[in-house]
Amino acid sequence: MNIVVCVKQVPDTWAEKKLDPADQTVDRKTVDNVMNELDEYAVEEALKLQESQGAEVTILTMGPDGATETIRKALSMGADKAVHVVDDALHGSCAVQTSEVLAKAISSLSPDLVFLGTESTDAGMSVMAAMLSERLGWPQLSNAGKVEVDGTTVKVQRLTDNGHDVVEGELPAIVSVVEKINEPRYPSFKGIMAAKKKPLETKSVADLGVDASSVGLAAATTAVADSTVRPPKAAGTVVKDEGDGGQKVAEFLASQKFI
Amino acid sequence: MAEILVLVEHVDGNVKKVTLELLTKARQLGEPSAVFAGSGFENAKAKLAEYGAAKVYVADDPELEQYVAAPKAELLAQLVAEKSPALVLVPATIDGKEVGARLAVKTGSGLITDAVDLVTGDGGFVAEQSIFGGSTVVHSKVTKGTPIVAMRPNSTAPEASGGEAAEEKVSITISDGAKKAAIKDRVIEQKGGRPELTEASIVVSGGRGVGSADNMKLVEDLADALGAAVGASRAVTDAGWYPHQNQVGQTGKTVSPQLYVAVGISGAIQHRAGMQTSKTIVAVNKDAEAPIFELADFGVVGDLFQVVPQLTEQVKSRKG
Ligand SMILES: Cc1cc2nc3c(=O)[nH]c(=O)nc-3n(C[C@H](O)[C@H](O)[C@H](O)COP(=O)(O)OP(=O)(O)OC[C@H]3O[C@@H](n4cnc5c(N)ncnc54)[C@H](O)[C@@H]3O)c2cc1C
Ligand SMILES: Nc1ncnc2c1ncn2[C@@H]1O[C@H](COP(=O)(O)O)[C@@H](O)[C@H]1O
Repeated sequence: MNIVVCVKQVPDTWAEKKLDPADQTVDRKTVDNVMNELDEYAVEEALKLQESQGAEVTILTMGPDGATETIRKALSMGADKAVHVVDDALHGSCAVQTSEVLAKAISSLSPDLVFLGTESTDAGMSVMAAMLSERLGWPQLSNAGKVEVDGTTVKVQRLTDNGHDVVEGELPAIVSVVEKINEPRYPSFKGIMAAKKKPLETKSVADLGVDASSVGLAAATTAVADSTVRPPKAAGTVVKDEGDGGQKVAEFLASQKFI
Repeated sequence: MAEILVLVEHVDGNVKKVTLELLTKARQLGEPSAVFAGSGFENAKAKLAEYGAAKVYVADDPELEQYVAAPKAELLAQLVAEKSPALVLVPATIDGKEVGARLAVKTGSGLITDAVDLVTGDGGFVAEQSIFGGSTVVHSKVTKGTPIVAMRPNSTAPEASGGEAAEEKVSITISDGAKKAAIKDRVIEQKGGRPELTEASIVVSGGRGVGSADNMKLVEDLADALGAAVGASRAVTDAGWYPHQNQVGQTGKTVSPQLYVAVGISGAIQHRAGMQTSKTIVAVNKDAEAPIFELADFGVVGDLFQVVPQLTEQVKSRKG
């Protein structure tokens, strides 16, 4: 089996994230960047199939030069090889454009299965699995809390607002996973050493047959007009419970007309 | 007036509150046409009229609901081509965003997700989003195609206003390509009887400090006294103390109620991402250093097993 895992590099969860005032894109220069937390679960799910059914796992990332760090992490967890789409023309691309680039890259790899995280923690749109399915014409098995591959059929538990749906599709398929699905492994020392020798191929938009003028900030389908950093919330009242804590809260709620 | 398509979210024709919010918002921006896909329109009609739908496009085909996202995106794409609406509104729910995503690719249009407000500005609609866990507010526009905006539940107060809800039947042939992810079974795990988390005006959430599945009863009792929905931190859903659908946070639900009560929750960044925009926040935690207090309008440093039952009693007696 041939598996592609889409992995994005994002500002560290704990970093103070901001937009670059120059062009209103996510500021990736002044913060630590790491693998999108949710993509670790996608990598882990692919590695589990690699171990149980035999599969070649390819990491696919679209992002600036520095994203190689994230790619190396995925390789040191146990992925076999990686494709890094890197091109100055891509700076500021919107989700629709990103999906075009990733879809072209995926097509060139002819996988049986594509894994994604459910959401990137910077842009956080939760749309990429749906967009890639639409472009590739493959089943959308998104928001999965459980994945089973049996021959050419993939069955997932798709988490919904009030439970889950059992959803089935045929390979090749697009699967996005939630963080409930597994416990991502840490790279071992051996894994880290091995990762250094694993193949990492770089591709430009031209290599993928994408017109450079159709991607990037200038051609994006959405534009940020302005952004404001919200002032930190004014400190509230914190009291210590002296046996009347519940009553104090009730008084506060009454003063705010909640009760 | 410009026509605005509003995708109706419903279960067998029982219309979700977010749809009423979207209709209300659409009325401020143009003339709303609801798009109803699936069965049960008879149950939905009166509600859609009450909240101001001028028209309703009804695609009464159960197959629209038997596959993930794609059939509804095809329906909307057909309507976009036929009616040339000025805007398409979908709810920022799992399904709504995915339908919007596919529609964006089909129509070459821009999509804005998780909008908390939408107004008419010069040169088109301007959406407001609250990003990076609520620390930054951005205004954005769609610059290509028919704007598609996914609005967060609880971002517009629904207001009734009579509409015609003139029914226009839509016939659609779902392509084979849209039938690739088949829904074989729907399993409902929701604990019944309480308001839905994303729709509730008050949410009471329990965290690891609650200690066990049984003790979640303390949280439920307070929620019931307040008429609130029950939420949970990931520590609680991971431990199996409460269903995953009740998780609040980055990988759970985003809530924005009038009042959020956090009980035994430390306030990790992933939790805050899902509740930071609540209007008023109350926290009970025995650790004075817990980050949740940075957000709280009112906090009590104390043992939740003392504070919460007392609060529940007080609420009950004050409400009479
Ligand atoms: C990819 C990823 C996604 C995540 N998504 C989410 C998400 O969507 N939602 C989410 O909530 N978390 C999420 N998390 C987890 C998050 O990082 C925290 O681990 C989690 O929120 C902690 O839950 P908690 O506050 O209940 O537990 P803890 O952090 O353990 O806090 C428990 C609190 O209870 C207090 N306490 C204990 N006993 C008592 C008592 N008797 N009386 C009063 N107070 C008491 C303690 O002082 C402590 O502050 C995510 C993590 C990752 C890595
Ligand atoms: N630039 C990118 N490169 C590789 N994968 C991506 C990229 N952007 C998004 N993804 C994948 O799509 C998922 C959902 O992202 P999003 O729709 O942006 O919230 C992520 O968890 C990744 O798996």
